[in-house]
Amino acid sequence: MSSIRTKGFSIKKVSTILGAYFIAWFFLYPYINMFLTSVKSHDELFATPATHFPQVWQWSNYIDVWEKAPIAGYLKSSLIVSISATVLVLIVSLPAAYFIARYRFKMRGAFLLLVLATQMFSPTALIIGIFREVDFFNLLDSYLALIILNAGFNLAFSIWLLSGFFSSIPVEIEEAALIDGCSRIQALRRVTLPIALPGLVTAVIFTFVAAWNEFTIALTIISSVEKKPIPVGITQFIGQYDIAWEYLFSATMIAIVPVVILFIMIEKYLVGGLTAGSVK
Amino acid sequence: MLKKSSAKNPKKLKVSHNVSLLSALPWIGPALVLIILVVIWPVIELVRISFTDISAAGSLLDFNGLTNYRDLFANPDLYPVASRTLLWVFGIVFFTVLLSLPLAQLINQNFPGRKYVRWALIVPWAASVVMTSMIWSWILDAYSGELNLTLTQLGLISEPVDWINNPGSSFYVLMWVAVFVSIPFTTFVLLAGLQSIPADIVEAASVDGASHWKIYRQIKFPLLRNSLLIATIINLINVFNSFPIIWIMTKGGPGYETDTTTTFAYKLAFIESNMGPSTALGVMNFIIIMIIVAFYLRATRATRTEI
Repeated sequence: MSSIRTKGFSIKKVSTILGAYFIAWFFLYPYINMFLTSVKSHDELFATPATHFPQVWQWSNYIDVWEKAPIAGYLKSSLIVSISATVLVLIVSLPAAYFIARYRFKMRGAFLLLVLATQMFSPTALIIGIFREVDFFNLLDSYLALIILNAGFNLAFSIWLLSGFFSSIPVEIEEAALIDGCSRIQALRRVTLPIALPGLVTAVIFTFVAAWNEFTIALTIISSVEKKPIPVGITQFIGQYDIAWEYLFSATMIAIVPVVILFIMIEKYLVGGLTAGSVK
Repeated sequence: MLKKSSAKNPKKLKVSHNVSLLSALPWIGPALVLIILVVIWPVIELVRISFTDISAAGSLLDFNGLTNYRDLFANPDLYPVASRTLLWVFGIVFFTVLLSLPLAQLINQNFPGRKYVRWALIVPWAASVVMTSMIWSWILDAYSGELNLTLTQLGLISEPVDWINNPGSSFYVLMWVAVFVSIPFTTFVLLAGLQSIPADIVEAASVDGASHWKIYRQIKFPLLRNSLLIATIINLINVFNSFPIIWIMTKGGPGYETDTTTTFAYKLAFIESNMGPSTALGVMNFIIIMIIVAFYLRATRATRTEI
């Protein structure tokens, strides 16, 4: 870590601190504004002149929003889809990641290439093909399609990250467990997985958050209101003549705060999975 | 973490002997099936129907050769949209990287509260882009938004400016939001690159009397080149594919005035039920992404073999 070696307060240090705090404020600002808007009254939002801070802090918006819009339904859909997609990603990526970390096999290079390529294709570019495929399987407007698609497009991150963790764990540790009488699977479960736990947690959180925020696929294949996940559901607020911004933003606050906390927890590992095998 | 752990463990990775593809299948098979279902199938379907006549209801009629492509290129709306897409992609990626470089430098310094500054920078990355676009729509609102309120109070404007709907500013506002949501990821990639630069090299240079600027230009920047390249290419792809910002803030409108090829293709297919040309444009978009991906694969080939 390169740091300034001067002790005490130099001008340089003070300007670094001020600059950094300004940056922090700047990137938080929209979300601070979101929060302040979510506790204003509807009248105040459209008052002239507008206000910076709420005149009256109307916390009841956070209670009323559940009745003004089917927020509970949106959140339920989001939870069902995100949790299922995350479980599916784990089931599929764990063995693949372990195998490519431990073995050399024919077409291994081709497989890695395929995984990397899928990470690059966003569902947006393929949306017409996706729509027709889902239609072909008669799965339009179903959670199942949404779960499989979210899992597929986030698979690469987990495979990269987990295989990185697995290959950093010496084979000898597993071999020692085998000699001690563990079966292959036991060795994996009792020895390797616990060491790779930070990788597992990161993969779980990343997949969950990515699925939680996914918009384009859900917008395209989900049509019934009660199945819409939250990013699509809240667009219902827009397009009405008089947008209820206070409710819109109390809903978005409810959706954003948990995933921000989750993301902060895995800060250290985020870059690794997204650029694995590339950042030197 | 990948790098750190392998650095701590300099011994060459011990990997088991070659095994056959057949014995690999139980392990990688499920991943393969998922990738085929979710990525390969839609690609093939997209290409196939781009050569097919499709009814408005979505049923396939006959093979019609290049008719869809001809229809697409005969559409006069395509050309302004395509040139706007160039501005969108290169403008956003340029400013994102330009702003992220000093930012990564800044949060790489040691100062009190640095952890919280990083956390703040993560927020736009974690938050849904849809929701971030919505709050920017509100901040930039002509009559009730905080930007105009502040500018008025500072005496900088006397009339409310409709940033989002004004043809002169509309597209730039969208580009700004895209830069805003792209900076955190980019900064963290560059930060990871900076932290992989051995401190002793920098120390040695500064003991030898090299200036800060010289250290940056001659030591840090060349070592940072790989991260910079990766960050740029991933951003090119993400920005080209970017959909929610435009969709939430302007829907590409008025008309096609703020569309990129990505939103234009979506609009043709799902709003105007004009499937034919839309599938052709989808294939074109896909080819462009393939080209960028090919660059990415080339750029990362050397290091990928190490995993």
